[in-house]
Amino acid sequence: MKEGTNMKELEIKAERENLPKVIEFIDEQLAGHDVSIKIQTQIEVAVEEIFINIASYAYDADGGAATIRAEVCGDPLAVVLSFIDNGKPYDPLAKPDPNINIPLRERQKGGLGIFMVKKTMDNVAYEYKDGKNILTIIKNI
Amino acid sequence: MRTFNYTFQREGNELTIYFEGKLDSVYSLELEDHLEPALKGVKKLVLDFQKLHYISSAGLRIILTCKLTMNEQGEMKIRNIDPQVMQVLKITGFAEDLNIE
Repeated sequence: MKEGTNMKELEIKAERENLPKVIEFIDEQLAGHDVSIKIQTQIEVAVEEIFINIASYAYDADGGAATIRAEVCGDPLAVVLSFIDNGKPYDPLAKPDPNINIPLRERQKGGLGIFMVKKTMDNVAYEYKDGKNILTIIKNI
Repeated sequence: MRTFNYTFQREGNELTIYFEGKLDSVYSLELEDHLEPALKGVKKLVLDFQKLHYISSAGLRIILTCKLTMNEQGEMKIRNIDPQVMQVLKITGFAEDLNIE
């Protein structure tokens, strides 16, 4: 990925306990951009779902790192976030969407997190490149 | 600093759970551990979301556990839902299958 002038990067151990640090990093990038509470919350939920997925499934017991790249750019202004890990190849977008039109007692476990990401972000893309999973989300702010 | 807290208020077989802050993946795990014993013998469950401002899919699992347990034991309602939390309940189809006040 080409280095943008305003691109910031956080490399962090992919562990559930690090979620607050990841959210703090994202909030720092959004600060000063006059983002509505609605959009800010949608971004935070998306970031949580993706980071927790990596923390839960990307690596075996030994764990590994996640790299998060953030850039606020473009016209209309958008935040572009990439989540990169060296874990098992996994495309979270390939999974079929959960059926949300059935009662809760009939629901299958899982899948709601990524479903929300797809529903609330303006663009979501996955690629596996050079041994890395790269999931990129874009949200117009 | 904690970003989520909850309080159990039990009166007989009625339980109200007050949620406060952000129910994310970190705090959902903690609450999940305390949920099952707290729901024992409850016939009427109220989830009070007045001070809850954020929920992720991990938090939805808490609601699901409550709902499935109360399907067996009695009734459940959720009150005072914040717009950001409501949005998540709507997108995921949870809102339609919950008693929201």
